[in-house]
Amino acid sequence: MEGMEILKQGAEARIYTGTYLGKPSIAKERFVKTYRHPILDNFLTKERIKAECRAIVRCKAAGIRTPALYLVDFHKRTIWMEHFEHSITAKEFIENLSSSSALEELKQFALEVGKTLGCLHASNIVHGDLTTSNILLVNKNSTKSFKSLREVDLVMIDFGLSHTESSTEDKGVDLYVLERALLSTHRVAETLFPQILVGYQQTYKKGSKEVLSRFEEVRARGRKRTMVG
Amino acid sequence: MVTSIGFEGSANKLGIGIVRDGEILSNCRRTYITPPGEGFLPKETAQHHKDNVLAVLKEAMDQSGLTWKDIDVVCYTKGPGMGAPLATVAIVARTVAQLWNKPLLGVNHCIGHIEMGRLITGAKNPTVLYVSGGNTQIIAYARKRYRIFGETIDIAVGNCLDRFARVLKIPNDPSPGYNIEQLAKKGKRFLQLPYCVKGMDVSFSGILSYMEEKTDSLLEDGWTPEDLCFSLQETIFAMLVETTERALAHCGSSEVLICGGVGCNERLQQMMGAMCAERGGALFATDERFCIDNGVMIAHAGAEMFKAGVAMPWQEAGVTQRYRTDEVETVWRTD
Repeated sequence: MEGMEILKQGAEARIYTGTYLGKPSIAKERFVKTYRHPILDNFLTKERIKAECRAIVRCKAAGIRTPALYLVDFHKRTIWMEHFEHSITAKEFIENLSSSSALEELKQFALEVGKTLGCLHASNIVHGDLTTSNILLVNKNSTKSFKSLREVDLVMIDFGLSHTESSTEDKGVDLYVLERALLSTHRVAETLFPQILVGYQQTYKKGSKEVLSRFEEVRARGRKRTMVG
Repeated sequence: MVTSIGFEGSANKLGIGIVRDGEILSNCRRTYITPPGEGFLPKETAQHHKDNVLAVLKEAMDQSGLTWKDIDVVCYTKGPGMGAPLATVAIVARTVAQLWNKPLLGVNHCIGHIEMGRLITGAKNPTVLYVSGGNTQIIAYARKRYRIFGETIDIAVGNCLDRFARVLKIPNDPSPGYNIEQLAKKGKRFLQLPYCVKGMDVSFSGILSYMEEKTDSLLEDGWTPEDLCFSLQETIFAMLVETTERALAHCGSSEVLICGGVGCNERLQQMMGAMCAERGGALFATDERFCIDNGVMIAHAGAEMFKAGVAMPWQEAGVTQRYRTDEVETVWRTD
């Protein structure tokens, strides 16, 4: 990638940083995965680039902050988008706070995450890969301070597995995926998740009841899997 | 020095193994094989275990060259698994433990697979892909437990393969998965199938229904059974490798260990190896002796627990069909 520096290799893509038309940008290259069949690889890559762009545009309409989209190149399998230089992941934020046992602050944060998710689902955007690595905290004043929730915005990233036009089933699974990611990653998960659901219901008034009952169903289905070994 | 004997019978494999401080002294196994087009049912499987367990026990003792006096602890699979086969084998384990007057330990089947994989490969702290007929889990160790990061939200990957084998009437000997793997090697054309990844979770039931519905018409359209096996393997293994990679990125680790019966599939190992190499990581895998359910893994995991001071009261020496991997506190791991 010309003029760009590699930042990290995520699960799906290599992330480069640099500038695009003078703005700090990242380039997300969904490089060829040699382990999978070329037909499957091309299909999935194309689908995910499309899904990511579509979701970003829809989030904009719904008032949810995401990186701004600059350029999409199917040929290079790359998306150029806004780079948040002053940001940390929710994963890091939660770990920092839970080591200093700021429980009230954590609950407040969980509520905010829930509200954002409620907005997503109310606009029929299903994220598909909700983990605490895919939620960023961005400082509003471009400084590297993440102490207080008042000075940060929540930004959703990584919409490669997202889809729109979705059913209660998909939204229920979305919540299930998040719960599982929280439980496996954070010791404070059991305090966080109920708060997230509270926030979720606040911003997703019409459909959240149905989604939550479906979520319970999905949960029961998941647990059953320990039956046969 | 701890010498431990393990009894395994949670599914259609009956295994008894003896291990002494990580050294395998015997590893004996019988598999209940059903005719093509049929799966194994609890009642018949339990009967198979009942008919064979004493012969396998004798074989395991003879092979190890030990007598009952040398055994320090008797271990058996407490769950998860099919109720009837689990109970059949547990009864034998309880009986010999009382006859020999040795302590008895119930072991989580999944933990057995993980600890066995670590012992054989020497992997220190890998992210584990556990794939078998009944389980599909992506596991990483954190805070004294094996945490489940991803898993199937419906049927297990091995179950999907087994049931597809029934559609094609592929023989179950030595195992449906092995026969699919051999056919897949001759497949040439790739058929695009549903692909279902949800975060770090996967779903196979949609692919299976698709195959069950379409196989007849696909065969009429000129697709060969080999092509279908090839396409199915490519699709579901790509899903497993992708979700494992997600877990790696999320946890920031680079080692992968594959265990469970489907784990001996060479194509899966090859795909996972390519993914690991790309990330500068390493893949650890074992062959069918240790991947497929066996008694040694139960003996080894039990020995680790025994050394860490775990004891089980007799009243708790039952079996359970549901027993999650993350329910067990890994007292034997000090990291």
